[in-house]
Amino acid sequence: MKIKAPKDFWAGLMFLAFGIGFAWAAQSYQMGTAVRMGPAYFPTMLGGLLAVLGLVVFVKSLLLSGERVSHFFLKPLLLVLGGVVIFALLLRPLGLIVATFALILVAALGGYDFRIREVIILYACLAVFAVLVFVKGLGLPFTLCPGALDEACQRIVAGSR
Amino acid sequence: MGELVSNLSLGFGVALSFTNLLYCFMGVLLGTLIGVLPGIGPVATIAMLLPVTFTLPPVSALIMLAGIYYGAQYGGSTTAILVNLPGESSSVITALDGYQMARKGRAGPALGVAALGSFFAGTVATFIIALFAPPLAEVALKFGPTEYFSLMALGLVAATVLAHGSLIKAIAMVILGLLLGLVGTDVNSGVARFNFGMSELSDGINFVVVAMGMFGFAEIIANLEHREKREVFTAKIEGLLPTVQDIKDCVPAVLRGTMLGSALGILPGGGALLASFAAYTLEKKVSKNKANFGKGAIQGVAAPESANNAGAQTSFIPLLTLGIPSNPVMALMIGAMMIQGIAPGPQVMTERPQLFWGMIASMWVGNLMLVILNLPLIGLWVRLLAVPYRILYPAILLFCCIGVYSVNNQTFDIILTCVFGLLGYVCVKLACEPAPLILGFILGPMMEENLRRAMLLSRGDPSVFVTKPISAVLLGIAVILLLIVVMPAVRQKREEAFQEA
Repeated sequence: MKIKAPKDFWAGLMFLAFGIGFAWAAQSYQMGTAVRMGPAYFPTMLGGLLAVLGLVVFVKSLLLSGERVSHFFLKPLLLVLGGVVIFALLLRPLGLIVATFALILVAALGGYDFRIREVIILYACLAVFAVLVFVKGLGLPFTLCPGALDEACQRIVAGSR
Repeated sequence: MGELVSNLSLGFGVALSFTNLLYCFMGVLLGTLIGVLPGIGPVATIAMLLPVTFTLPPVSALIMLAGIYYGAQYGGSTTAILVNLPGESSSVITALDGYQMARKGRAGPALGVAALGSFFAGTVATFIIALFAPPLAEVALKFGPTEYFSLMALGLVAATVLAHGSLIKAIAMVILGLLLGLVGTDVNSGVARFNFGMSELSDGINFVVVAMGMFGFAEIIANLEHREKREVFTAKIEGLLPTVQDIKDCVPAVLRGTMLGSALGILPGGGALLASFAAYTLEKKVSKNKANFGKGAIQGVAAPESANNAGAQTSFIPLLTLGIPSNPVMALMIGAMMIQGIAPGPQVMTERPQLFWGMIASMWVGNLMLVILNLPLIGLWVRLLAVPYRILYPAILLFCCIGVYSVNNQTFDIILTCVFGLLGYVCVKLACEPAPLILGFILGPMMEENLRRAMLLSRGDPSVFVTKPISAVLLGIAVILLLIVVMPAVRQKREEAFQEA
């Protein structure tokens, strides 16, 4: 069998997998009856429907020709999402100021024309902006600096209110 | 009529209070500011700015969010005209003729006509909302769970019919959205579903996470695939006012655009995007010199701009009266209402008239602000356009992260957003539209709840959906819609309509 419509082929598989996955996972909950539906009833219905639709898309992709899947750009994908994950991991332990640096640096590596000086200036501006607007202005609770430094940082930010 | 006047005066009383004027102004300003930046649409803009409104009282929060929405909408048009890089999908059409006008040195009149046309359309749409929302809400108040379920089904079907691309894939995306919406604790049984043992998921997935991932992050990654090329008309823009001839050309286009946009905005799945496409196609059809279109016809700017603004506003009607979102932006508004502790639905109008009418009145105020604000500030927006994307996207990412985190103060949410960013990017690659997924996501729990109640009332008899008249009609419309789209002739037309761009 030849794949004639790669975009639909993979989309069909994706829907099929999600459909079966949800329907299967739902089986650990109570099904109930049509009158008193349990937590498994609606997801099982939807999962089944999704799997059927996925199958239709999948089969169609083998019969009718369609578009090819364009190239996956791994560099921006990994570095943008990677930067965000690192930000999330550093935010609590090391604080907003350090986490922001990691995010900006890693994400900037994901684009074209990486210029280190520009990135550092951008970081400095964003860090000041974020602290002033979100922490001081809107009062969102953030750790600012790592460890013992944080208390001092918070006091400085709050003090200049 | 007397009621309308008293309702509107109540609304203006709320909207014109000093604090609400201020928030409306801030919303419009921030919305335009971010909307002008290329590569970030209104959904991501609203999701990003949502946390700013958390601490505000509900009326002010919603007024500000609505302001952000049409600000972003308007900013997108400015970008489309000056850079040929639509800031959001509904300005794709504006870019066609607007950019050509700019190249001929007529950027000023193009921007002027866009602003004035939008303002006119906004004024008309505000009145349409004020006129049609109350009777519709009254009808909706009589709806039981059976009718509601059918109404939601119709809404979701219409949303997929009007989405572009493959119909089956759009329906599949809706269902995937519904399923994702079910993640979290089941209200009836208290069972935590699909949480994979993670306590963070027991309250469900936050809609900001889904919207930001699927729209914000996925857009950024897709934008980074290619080195950006931009040609900005930073040269001085003079003469914003259109000439007498321009106005003569535009008035009928603006009127037609407003009418069409208002009508299409109300439809589920409609809103600004469809309205602008349809208005452009119509204008091209009725024009005597079709050859001008695509080469800088001023009607090609006036009609879609009026239509998208009218559509953007009338799409609030299903939200305010039925509690059903017609597009992803409205889905975000529903989310925002829920965060504020307001259950969206027809009862909003009767239980919180101040909020309801205040918001409607603020739409007109916001549109007025847009005109006053944007004509003199064009120079500033042009300078913003010169900021390269490599500077913008790390900043957008940071604000997205802070926004997502501040919803629940959970770093887990930031990581979950990445998962949806990945899903969004895969969907872009596989030509699956993210918009239907978001609608399904918001409606998932509501649909399940209404299905359960309807089936409980009917003692497990599913035929109740077709034996109750209102429900039967709603489902009938849904089926007809599906059948129409499947018919080969219509299908071709639908594809053409979206190809026109």
